[in-house]
Amino acid sequence: MKTAAIEIRGLSKSFTVNGEASEVLRDVSLTVAPGDIYGIIGRSGAGKSTLARCVNLLERPTAGQVFVSGQDVTHFAGRDLLDLRARIGMVFQDFNLFAQRTVLSNVSFPLEIRHDGAEARRARAQELLELVGLSDKAQSWPSQLSGGQQQRVAIARALANHPSIMLCDEVTSALDTTTTQSILDLLRNINRELGVTMLVITHAMSVVHRICNKVAVLDAGRVVETGTVADLFAHPQAAATRELLRADNGAATAVIATAAAATPTATRRPQHDAQEAGADHHVR
Amino acid sequence: MFADGFGAFLTEFGPLLLEGVWATLAMTLISSALAYLLGIPLGVLLTITAPGGLKPNRTLSATLGWVVNMGRSLPFVILVVVLIPFTRLVVGTTLGVPGAIVPLVIAAIPFVARIIENSLAEVPAGVIEAAQACGANTFQIITKVLLREGLPSIARSVALTVITLFGYSAIAGMVGAGGLGDIAIRYGYNRYQDDVLLAALVIIIVLIQLIQSACNLLVRHIDKRA
Ligand SMILES: Nc1ncnc2c1ncn2[C@@H]1O[C@H](COP(=O)(O)OP(=O)(O)OP(=O)(O)O)[C@@H](O)[C@H]1O
Ligand SMILES: [Mg+2]
Repeated sequence: MKTAAIEIRGLSKSFTVNGEASEVLRDVSLTVAPGDIYGIIGRSGAGKSTLARCVNLLERPTAGQVFVSGQDVTHFAGRDLLDLRARIGMVFQDFNLFAQRTVLSNVSFPLEIRHDGAEARRARAQELLELVGLSDKAQSWPSQLSGGQQQRVAIARALANHPSIMLCDEVTSALDTTTTQSILDLLRNINRELGVTMLVITHAMSVVHRICNKVAVLDAGRVVETGTVADLFAHPQAAATRELLRADNGAATAVIATAAAATPTATRRPQHDAQEAGADHHVR
Repeated sequence: MFADGFGAFLTEFGPLLLEGVWATLAMTLISSALAYLLGIPLGVLLTITAPGGLKPNRTLSATLGWVVNMGRSLPFVILVVVLIPFTRLVVGTTLGVPGAIVPLVIAAIPFVARIIENSLAEVPAGVIEAAQACGANTFQIITKVLLREGLPSIARSVALTVITLFGYSAIAGMVGAGGLGDIAIRYGYNRYQDDVLLAALVIIIVLIQLIQSACNLLVRHIDKRA
């Protein structure tokens, strides 16, 4: 087996607020293979963002380990930490562009902090703007762009350093349906053409259905189900999964047909006794 | 008022008022510039050492906060007096524009530091996080993100600072610095020369309006947010 792009082992994370610790992630383990578009789905507050932020250590795990390309990065600090982050692109729900920088300058920011020369930065940024279809907007300001365009700029920025991994946290949640589709298509193209492994955080099954090949369902900080997307849609195990499917009816029905045709033989790994965990959290 | 006509008034008091304008502008602008030079680093320190900041440091944050609050709560007149030995040490005199600049700067630093702190707080947390995710170090985040993204807000504060120091400079004027405020008080209040008082007042109002307008124009030019 190839070295995993991302491997998370027994990861827990708790936050202490006003002296009281709350456990946001509990014993989370999952493996993302190179080339995967790996979905993490769960409802609001499940801990999805926290999990993604543990991968580039914007958040420090309380327990457990994070491996990136086979390397244990859990305790990275200083130069190593900054280099790790530079190797992992990140895209956010509300774009988080630099309002006081042009589109070009936004895209070349990751190169600027690496002290690349102005000419090299400009060339790389232009190349990326071409990739995301915004070459004509290089000199625009973020405030002059639509949401979808801003997200394309953010995606270009995340790619500046030739990352092998991209973390996408609810990247289409602020966008309308059509724009969502085009952004998801862009991500899929980047995955196929540049071979970038993606961790896609979402609360929408339709997103998982459209671009992911594997998925983990997160419920109240626990992984309650993992597997291939086709399998998950065909035979949802955990209560949380079924609930998410119900909530995103369109995706669910769209997929019944696909799933019926798909082979339900792929390895399933219901974790932590999916039904029980699901039922447990249902009580809340 | 203008007893011997406006022309005669100008001949008599024009040079005095003009000198007052220069003294006031020199005092306020030079001390504003120095206050930003020293207040920006202090404001950045307040920002990053605060709980949840880039480099949280409870002790440093509390100490700086206390010093800044002390500086801000001391009435300016008292500050001028208290600082006399220090002022003499730094510029060799307590008189004239140089003598006024020292207390003005000292009074303005904590004021500016708080303004910078507020301006930097306006930079969205998500934007800072995006920079961190790119692998930016703390110094890069300060210079390339916090200060740069906070610039429109910082620029907007310049008018507030200059105008505040404008007011302080009148008090500094009372202790021998000259300037428009000093003229207004010496002639208008002490000698009942209403025309000089009025002229000084009009000039002060016009200058303040000009400063505000120039600042607004600057902000409009540099603010690229919606
Ligand atoms: N820095 C923090 N300090 C304290 N609590 C936090 C912090 N970050 C997250 N939490 C808590 O952790 C829980 C999970 O948050 P997280 O943002 O990971 O959820 P999420 O699944 O991404 O939700 P959403 O879909 O709403 O974005 C929430 O209850 C949240 O309040
Ligand atoms: Mg989230």
